[in-house]
Amino acid sequence: MMKDVSFGQYYPAESGVHRMDPRFKLVLMLFYVVLIFFVDTFVGYLAYLAFVLLMTGLAKVPLRTLLRSLSGVGVMVIFISIINVFFYGGGEPLWSWWVMSVSVESILHALKMALRIMLLVMGPALLTFTTTPTALTDGIESLLSPLKLIKFPVRDVAVIMSIALRMIPTLMEETDRIMMAQKARGASIDTGNIFRRIKALVPVLVPLFVGAFRRAEELAFALDSRCYNASPKRTRYRILKPGARDAVAVLAFAAWGTFVILSIVLFDFDTMIYNAISAAIGG
Amino acid sequence: MQAIVLDKVSYQYQLDDTNLVAVNEVSLSIEEGSFVVLLGANGSGKSTLAKMLNGLLVPSSGEVRVFDELTSCEEDEVVYRIRSRVGEIFQNPDNQMVASVIEDDVAFGPENLGIPHEEIVERVDWALRAVGMEAFRSHSPSKLSGGQKQRVAIAGILAMRPKVLVLDESTAMLDPRGRAEVMGVLAQLNKNEGMTVVHITHHMDECVAADRAVVMSEGRVVFDGTPKELFSDPALVERAHLELPPVTQVATLLHESGLPVALGITDREELLEAICRLK
Repeated sequence: MMKDVSFGQYYPAESGVHRMDPRFKLVLMLFYVVLIFFVDTFVGYLAYLAFVLLMTGLAKVPLRTLLRSLSGVGVMVIFISIINVFFYGGGEPLWSWWVMSVSVESILHALKMALRIMLLVMGPALLTFTTTPTALTDGIESLLSPLKLIKFPVRDVAVIMSIALRMIPTLMEETDRIMMAQKARGASIDTGNIFRRIKALVPVLVPLFVGAFRRAEELAFALDSRCYNASPKRTRYRILKPGARDAVAVLAFAAWGTFVILSIVLFDFDTMIYNAISAAIGG
Repeated sequence: MQAIVLDKVSYQYQLDDTNLVAVNEVSLSIEEGSFVVLLGANGSGKSTLAKMLNGLLVPSSGEVRVFDELTSCEEDEVVYRIRSRVGEIFQNPDNQMVASVIEDDVAFGPENLGIPHEEIVERVDWALRAVGMEAFRSHSPSKLSGGQKQRVAIAGILAMRPKVLVLDESTAMLDPRGRAEVMGVLAQLNKNEGMTVVHITHHMDECVAADRAVVMSEGRVVFDGTPKELFSDPALVERAHLELPPVTQVATLLHESGLPVALGITDREELLEAICRLK
């Protein structure tokens, strides 16, 4: 049960996207995520979809793996789509009952919302597919480093992130082991209604927390033994060096971004589509 | 030269209202380049002693000197010099790793010490080779066996180029194969690199390869000599709540039943020969 959860699911492959400087990937992904909230046309979403598919291809990530990243939001997408189809309220109703109505606009709007959520998940998923947790931590540390000026402990935050990522599989294993031990003693963890199940988790969580604190104590000794905080000038094993690849990526991304922004500001394809569909149905 | 010198070292824990004396006036010196095994049953104070060897704990009374520097010194520079000279490895390898990639984990110590980038790369290569884990450098620690994880933990300490390795029950959680792997690495480091090794354990068979065995019981040192001498003293072993390895147990039983078999045999071949010579 716990084995299915893979956090920051890295997909190992040899590709230019994998080799990109994590800092560039992080910043570009930030633009990607912010920009999508301004996109409201199908042309824009099409551009987004093209971007995601192109990146998936370049990164040599199988389409199945990309689609699997959507499994977590499937229920949410369906729920939001249904709500939007029936309660959007705008346009000429094709069908209506009580407070609900369905129109061409509401269907198209629901479709856009679904697309937005899916694209919002797939982009960052691509980032974690192509970037190791270590590279991500390094990238975040490097991007946050200006905060050192205001005495923000950037290095400590990076080490905390690194240890947290490192401990996830270990704690998962331990949870599995505790659950099995409780089951062996007759605890029923997987049966009964939701309240029963939540209650049954208490004897799992208590030993898990006690164990985590015990680990923390040994980890503290280990960190001291390895001279954590010894030198104010901590050096690095991995040095992030942006290359030509990153310049190309930024240029391509800028061109794509300009197109998306223009599609938001200038064109009104959507009205054309509405009109065409309305005409087709009405005629 | 003496690497570590302990002079009448005691350590007390404050537990509720009672003082628990974990280590009681221990004096000991560890020669540079030697392989010392510190034996003791649970609660004998050996882990507390281990943490005092590199200043993780400071003695309640007495003093510990590492290459002539006091571990109770308050200056950060001295504290970190001591810790980089005496590297310590603990019981659970999972609790000592800080990165999700092995080479990054090994690089953690030298990064903290502010070693230049090129030298860190060299040290990581060397340390991983020294423990025979170079093929796994880009792997995740969660996929390794216990023995392999503990070897990576040793590499993490080696990358700081210490003069002394202290292993605080680092074989206790391993299966026999993992224990053999770790003991092999230690023997090799001691022989080839001249590394001083202080190995703390309750498995008596692990001191066979050592130059010197020290036994602790109830916070005191009750034996200090060669492993051979220790194995020849079954009464002492029992008093310290330790257990002789099976081969030695057989030899002891044969000896006690009046047969001319020497005490303190640790090697199976040696025992075989002794038995064959019986008429």
